Amino acid sequence: MHEMSIATSLLEAAYGEAQRHPGARVSKVGVRIGEWAGVDPESLRFCFDALLAGTEPEPPSLDIDFRPRQNRCTRCGIIFALKDYQIDCPGCGAEITKPVSGTELELAYVELEEP
Amino acid sequence: MTRVNVEQKVLSENDRIAATLRETLRANGVYCPNFISSPGAGKTLLLERTLASFPRETRVAVLTGDIQTDNDAIRLAKYGFPVRQITTGGCCHLDARMVERALEDWNLESLDYLFIENVGNLVCPSSYDLGENNKIVILSVTEGEDKPLKYPATFSRAGLVIINKIDLLPYVSFDLALAKENVRKVHPEAEILDVSSTTGTGLTDWLSWLESKRKDCASHRAVLVTG
Repeated sequence: MHEMSIATSLLEAAYGEAQRHPGARVSKVGVRIGEWAGVDPESLRFCFDALLAGTEPEPPSLDIDFRPRQNRCTRCGIIFALKDYQIDCPGCGAEITKPVSGTELELAYVELEEP
Repeated sequence: MTRVNVEQKVLSENDRIAATLRETLRANGVYCPNFISSPGAGKTLLLERTLASFPRETRVAVLTGDIQTDNDAIRLAKYGFPVRQITTGGCCHLDARMVERALEDWNLESLDYLFIENVGNLVCPSSYDLGENNKIVILSVTEGEDKPLKYPATFSRAGLVIINKIDLLPYVSFDLALAKENVRKVHPEAEILDVSSTTGTGLTDWLSWLESKRKDCASHRAVLVTG
């Protein structure tokens, strides 16, 4: 639902970065989205493309790195992906595990074509 | 072709404004909760009951967000405290800039509480930091006990989960124990309170929770002033 404003912020950040490289054209934008970020990747892609439609001959593409929700066991240290919200450690059965990924909403990189 | 590693949050501009707001609120010793729920879960009525319980001299103000109408601001203004409506005009969440703008001419030094009532929505508000101390997520028993599993982004960030409308439990097929288990699946350390704004059940616990948060914030201010 809010992917349009997310896409707008993403483009602002990416083009802001490109301004440091005079004359460069943004060819790709790399974003990292966690499973629990509350952002739908396909909807974000749709909004990203819609915002860029008709703006330049070769608008940048969007590269989405989707990160699953993962926890780390505080007892044995293994990192595991959560399935069906099962937060207990699948290795040693410990009940205390802490999230390590899955809430990312980050601009990872910008690919530029410099003149 | 050059690849530039940027590594910044997509909402870094929002987060920057939110961090400034948080610092201003902290310096003034204001406790600021951000109320999030689906539409109709009872945010406004809980705020009404809360305001009604406060003595007149309480230093509280409310920002209330909606896509359209100032109905909520009218309801909340009846209690004699400053209330401002943020009408987002279609936007499904509040962001830090909207809050910053709404606070422009308010003197935060004169407040102990700033309540922010977000737009009714369990998805988008969770992405936007408003500079609040806590996100308070309200789940009503007419919604179904699997909501925490369907909206983990929101429930996992909750500083407090309020299960509201518990007076309706006899009439709906809501499994309260399972609802709490579901909250804990996405947020193992979640604090949960059972409340009915209609009958008043649980309001005492809610008000003491709120008061303890205010005291924490006020002691921060005391430290800042004397330290």
